[in-house]
Parts: sequence; structure tokens; C-alpha cells
Amino acid sequence: MTLLAVERMKLFTTRSPWWCTVAALAVTIGFAALMAGTADAQAPLTVAATQFGYNFGLVVVMVMAGLAITTEYRFSTMRATFLAVPNRWSALLAKTAVVAVLAGIVGEIAAFGSWGIGKLIKPGVDLTLNTAYEWRAVAGVGLVYAVAAVVAVAVGVLVRHSAGAISLVLIYNLLVEGLIVLIPNVGPKIHKWLPFNMAHQFVTGNPDPTGRDVNFGPPLSDATLGPWAALAYFAGFAAVLLVIALAVANRRDA
Amino acid sequence: MIEATGLTKHYGRTVAVDNLSFGVGEGRVTGFLGPNGAGKSTTMRMILGLDRPTSGDVRIDGEHYRDLKRPLTTVGALLDAKWVHPNRSARAHLRWLAAASKLPYSRVDEVLDIVGLTAVANKRAGGFSLGMSQRLGIAGALLGDPRVLLFDEPVNGLDPEGILWIRRFMHRLAAEGRTVFVSSHLLSEMAQTAQDLVVIGRGKLIYQGTVDDFIANATENTVVVRSPELDRLTELLRADGVSLVADGDAIRVSGVDSAAIGELAAANKIVLHELNPQIGSLEEAFIQLTGDTVEYTAHTDQHTAPAEPAGATEEAPPA
Repeated sequence: MTLLAVERMKLFTTRSPWWCTVAALAVTIGFAALMAGTADAQAPLTVAATQFGYNFGLVVVMVMAGLAITTEYRFSTMRATFLAVPNRWSALLAKTAVVAVLAGIVGEIAAFGSWGIGKLIKPGVDLTLNTAYEWRAVAGVGLVYAVAAVVAVAVGVLVRHSAGAISLVLIYNLLVEGLIVLIPNVGPKIHKWLPFNMAHQFVTGNPDPTGRDVNFGPPLSDATLGPWAALAYFAGFAAVLLVIALAVANRRDA
Repeated sequence: MIEATGLTKHYGRTVAVDNLSFGVGEGRVTGFLGPNGAGKSTTMRMILGLDRPTSGDVRIDGEHYRDLKRPLTTVGALLDAKWVHPNRSARAHLRWLAAASKLPYSRVDEVLDIVGLTAVANKRAGGFSLGMSQRLGIAGALLGDPRVLLFDEPVNGLDPEGILWIRRFMHRLAAEGRTVFVSSHLLSEMAQTAQDLVVIGRGKLIYQGTVDDFIANATENTVVVRSPELDRLTELLRADGVSLVADGDAIRVSGVDSAAIGELAAANKIVLHELNPQIGSLEEAFIQLTGDTVEYTAHTDQHTAPAEPAGATEEAPPA
């Protein structure tokens, strides 16, 4: 508990988490406002449509998580941390937990904020969360953000440089998974099992019974696992990456 | 009490610290002396569990740093004054350190007061001058009221006032019975700060003992003599088997004290214009001991044109 408190103090006595939180909320909720404002009979506002911007918020949250760890390396406060807490596993796990919880909270505020602004702009549209799918599409965003933050922290521990770690995470998330689909024959088969596609499956999988058009919400995932299995898969990927990163940090010279 | 035995650290093929064994005693300031690149910082990082020794062992009061419970209450260290997030205030920086060591926040204000930073406690550390950063680093080292203190080049880049402050501070800490281990590449600084010395060059131990012994052993005393009858005196001294060298219009005699030279001159009725004992400087002693262990030697008597390829085989150091 002490270490969690320490990492919380460290995180909130710097500015980047605040800015990233503001940016993540602005991007997601702003996008939802745009969707709600432009909705009409051809493109109706749905629960899924309010979450169109969740992937942009995800990117900002991963930048925040990556910065939280790499700035510690940049200013050598990681060394100061290891002097105060020589058990590097505990120190880094505490940091990961605090960053993941912040990412999760940002995700929930972003998702429910997006949903709320949809209701506000289009009071006539029924946006009630009735089905398990609709709950996942909104409340699930926080879980995905939290796990994605763990991925970013793990990469940050391994790479240690802000620019390197953040570009690696973003290029992978935004480009690599999408480009692998383009490989003939095997591409789509591999893509089904890629971690961020799995995260996407959790949020958009088993879509609402109305069988909405892809344009009326985030594009659907091609993963075949069930939504909760997909989230477990994504979390497992993050956990493996984190264990590798922490083992490396424990062995390496600080 | 710090005890290193056979401490060795390799970075690739570069040997930074080579089979180093030494002890640092309680209640004294022990200087850790060596030229730049001798392996002082690497050794300190190994003492503090930041770097893993390739082989060998170093313990603080019998324990490895990484096994200490609440280590800041046993060991305080200032390795680099810039190990602070620039946007964090001095107080915020010390508060998270205090929290990590389960120390009360009142202790933060105490150490800020000790180092004289109370007035700027809420200012961001990134705006601090080097002297202020150094004080903040010392405040962090003192936070847990530790028995053992390590400082790496604490006076580097400080103004004379800051140097004096740090020097007095070290003495105060040692007088309180603490173990103080402070590194420097400046022997003159160590002579005024430390009682004991651990001297290394190229990662190897060169000397361990008191500062006074180091100076006595390492310096060679010479006497400068001027006389209108220098040739006669030279002959007499040479006849006694004394070694001397010509130095302009004087001679520089080594191995004999000034009294013996004066008596020899008087006995032979030679007039002396100058009889001046030269006490070897600390720097000379240091260079004499570490001279051939300096890793990067500037060849001042050589051309600056590109050297032959065979001469450029020295390996790059770790960053």
C-alpha cells in the first residue's frame, strides 16, 4: 500500500498525466458530440456510435502510460526509486498498478462522458444500456484502457526512452495490426489473434441485435473469441509483456 | 561500515572496476580518490545495488544494499544532484522519498531546514542552480537519518562558498559518528575533507590508509639550492652520492634534507644564496601514484595530426 501511495504521489506531482487525461477526455467526448450532432435517419445515434472515438482516447492513454515510466528513466528518478525501494518488482508493479488504475478511470469517464453527451444532444434517442453488449461497449472502455496502459508501461520499461517507447506502441497499435491483414492468405488468420484486435473484440464483439451498419459505430473486430475471452487474451498478453519487462529491469543495471 | 571484496565490473570488454577490495570505517570521512574514469561512480552504484557486480561482493554493515529494509534509514546517497523530476517541487520530491521509507512528512521540513532550502521548498527543482540541486540531493540523503552516507563528487561545479559548506557538512556528519564515503578526482579537496583515503586508478586499488600517510609516502622532498659556487657544491654533493638535477641557475637536490646541505656548504666555506626545501604537493603525489593509470592521457608533446592507426586502439569507455 505504501508503494502505491508513493507512485500516486510521483504521478500527480508532474504535469503530463493531467494533460493526457484532459486530451483523452476531449478527444473521446468531442468525437461523441460530433457523432450525436450529425446523426440523422440514415445514420442514427446508437450506443455504439457514441463510442466511436474510444480508440483515439486509447492512443492518448498509452502515451500517458508510456511517459509515466520513461520520464522516470529520463530524469533518473527510477534510480532514486530503486535506492528507496531496492525490490524492483514491487516498485515497478506498484507503478504499473497506479498507471493502470488512472487509465481505467480515464476510460470510464471518457466512455460515460461520450454516452452522456449523446443523450444530452439527442434526448429523443433511446440510449439506455439494456444489453450486455451495450454495457461492454461503454463500461468496457475503462478495462481496455487499463490493460493497454500496462502494455505501454511494459514497453516503456524495456525501451526506457520516451520517443522510442511511444512510437513503438503507437505504430504497433495504429499501423502494424492493420497492415498484417493485408498479407495474402495468412494475414487475416494472424490478425484474428493480435492483442489490440482482441481488445477491440471485447468492446465491439457480439454486436447489438439490431445488426447495425459498420459506419454507425466503431468498425467491428474480426476476432472469433467471445468478448470476455478476448479481454482475457489481451490481459494475458499485457501480463506476459510486463513480466518480461520486470525481469529485464531486475537484472539490468539501473 | 562498507566492505568491498574482489569487486569487479565489466562493461562488454571494458573493465571498469577490477578486483577492488577496501573498507570504509565508522565516524570518519573517507575519501574515494581517482582520476576521471577510474571507476569511482561505478563502484558507488554497486555499493548501492544499482549495478550488479560482474564478480565480488560489497556489503554495508554486513548486508547487501538490496536486502536492507527501508534502506534510506541505513544509507543515504547523493550520486547525482540531477536525479529529480524538474517539474516536481523540492518538497514534493522529498515527500515521495519519505513516503517510500515510511518516514513522517515532518522530517522533510527538517532536512529542508538543515540544508537551507526552506525558502524555495515549493519551487520546481528544474529551476534550481547546481548548488541548490546539490543541497536538495544532500537533503534526500539525510532524510532517513542514516548511519552511512555516500557522496559522489559533491563539490563538482560548486562555487567556493558551496565547497566550504559541503566540506564542513561532511565533518559534522563524521563527528556525529556516521560513516562518510565521498568521491572526488581532486586530491586537494580530499586532503581538506577526508581523514582516510581509498585511491583507485583504472578500477584497481592503489592505496588505502590515512591521508597523512598517503602524502608522506608518495611525495618526494627536494631542496632548491642557489650559490655563486654551485659547481663546487655540485661536486661535493655528487661525491657523497646525492642525486641532483640542474634547474636554471639553481640545483634541485633530492634525498637529503636542507640542514645536511647547509652544513656541507658551511664546512667547505661555500656561500649559499638560497636553500629552499620543497614540500611535495599533493597533486604530485597523486600523479606519481596514478600517473600510469590515467585512462585518457593527453599527449601534449605530440602533433595533433592524425595518429598512425596502430596508436588508436584504446577502447571506448562505457557512457
